[in-house]
Amino acid sequence: MKNLILSTAVLALTGSMAMAESHSVVRLGTEGAYPPYNFINDAGEVDGFERELGDELCARAELTCEWVTNEWDSIIPNLVSGNYDAIIAGMSITDERKEVIDFSENYTQPDPSAFLAMGDVDVTTAVVAAQASTIQAAYVAGMEGATLLEFATPDETVAAVKNGEADAVLADKAFLQPIAESDAEVSIIGEDVLIGGGIGLGVRQSDTELRDKFTAAIQSMKADGTLNELIVKWLPDSATF
Amino acid sequence: MPPHPTRLVNFIFSYCTDPASLEGLQWLSCYLTTGKHMSMYYAFGTVLLLLAITAPVALAFGFGGASAARSHFAPLRWFGKAYIAIVRGIPDIAFFLFFVIALDQGFEFIRHKIKCPDWQEPVRQGNDFVVCTAAKLPLGNAPQWVHETYGFALAVLTFAIVFGAFAANVLFGAMRAVPHGQLETAEAYGMSRRQTFWRILVPQMWVYALPGLSNLWMVLIKATPLLFLLGVEDIVYWARELGGSKQPQFTDYPHPDWRMWYFLALLVFYLAFTKVSEVVLDRIMARLTHGQATAAGEAQRKAAA
Repeated sequence: MKNLILSTAVLALTGSMAMAESHSVVRLGTEGAYPPYNFINDAGEVDGFERELGDELCARAELTCEWVTNEWDSIIPNLVSGNYDAIIAGMSITDERKEVIDFSENYTQPDPSAFLAMGDVDVTTAVVAAQASTIQAAYVAGMEGATLLEFATPDETVAAVKNGEADAVLADKAFLQPIAESDAEVSIIGEDVLIGGGIGLGVRQSDTELRDKFTAAIQSMKADGTLNELIVKWLPDSATF
Repeated sequence: MPPHPTRLVNFIFSYCTDPASLEGLQWLSCYLTTGKHMSMYYAFGTVLLLLAITAPVALAFGFGGASAARSHFAPLRWFGKAYIAIVRGIPDIAFFLFFVIALDQGFEFIRHKIKCPDWQEPVRQGNDFVVCTAAKLPLGNAPQWVHETYGFALAVLTFAIVFGAFAANVLFGAMRAVPHGQLETAEAYGMSRRQTFWRILVPQMWVYALPGLSNLWMVLIKATPLLFLLGVEDIVYWARELGGSKQPQFTDYPHPDWRMWYFLALLVFYLAFTKVSEVVLDRIMARLTHGQATAAGEAQRKAAA
């Protein structure tokens, strides 16, 4: 074991010979399980709306970025303890999260959420599945009469509806739409729900420099219309800027 | 929805360029050789490597713990006993969630103190743990494989500490199970305490330790999915990721929820692996029993005679 610690230390030391200023590489943390925002493609790489967006933002801010996947549950703790530098994972800007981390300017409008179910269900009295620690889970918890059923991954929330464990699932409409299109058993029901303050990049509160760089890059993408192009391409039902 | 760009994701079979036109076995052979599936096969290697490294390291921790716990030097004895008692008493999942982050931050804090003595700002800023750039472990600009190796090393260390405590208890018991007459005879022959320990006690204790250690090995095999808690993408992560339903917009190989089949494959893997382990452990046991003053050793002697 000593050898292992030693070799990691040696590894780290030789690495530090190439001393560089802060953020020579920015590590972007994502979930990789929430298409079209972010997912792992057939080649095993991070892909989706946020992959294209993140690469473009890094190019504009002249940063070298690297993609890392992390489970949704521990995505904030791993950011604040410094395992990566930014969260780009379809994370809506909320006051609750702002107490722990900072956000860049939003890169989507407040996105509609929708209910997906097999057949017609009265969601006000139903068992509704949602991913844990999401704005949707908080919304269902606040619905009187509905019962919240939480899951660790988005995929499991849909599976719960299909196997009858839950009556409906509440998630971002952009995530549910492709599922409703390709699976005849389930469909989007009821009215869309507007929750959250748009999606932004999460950064450590002490890292104002990185936050400002990303915000500037987002503003420049908003100004020249490239952000709208990406939204139209990946999130066809979402509002543009 | 964007049309999924046709990529050269598959290099194994030439006919995989247009998966939509394929059927049956051909489709399956392409599907099972995508880059994503390769990551899963690679993860099997990661799990086996983890076991191959962790088992001897944990055994070493256990041996050290057991020797310390029966030391004649009181503080060392207290340390050994405390290690065994504390680690055995903490739930694995708590250990894996908190201890690893604490360990990582501990390493970074020490490096921070050494490398950046002029740093003025506090390390804890609200929720954030901030050390100077040179103290990051691994460095922020290190390539991904260094981060992965570091995560893997942390995983090995954590597994070794946890399973080392259990092994220590097993070995502690095994050392006491060696007949006392053996040790007394050694002393009567004029051996020192150290000689008695290494020449008489250690060679004979394994036969008593092996049943307990083989149990630990089986539990260790089954505990490998805890790797994902440490950020290492293990086979259970990939089974869940690959098995989840996939829409045609995002993949060339759309399919419904196939998690059952993936987990079935994992079940077969784990069962086969534990079966092989059992066979090997039985052989080792037979070898260790040879010539021992135990019931099984006696039976072996009679059978041979």
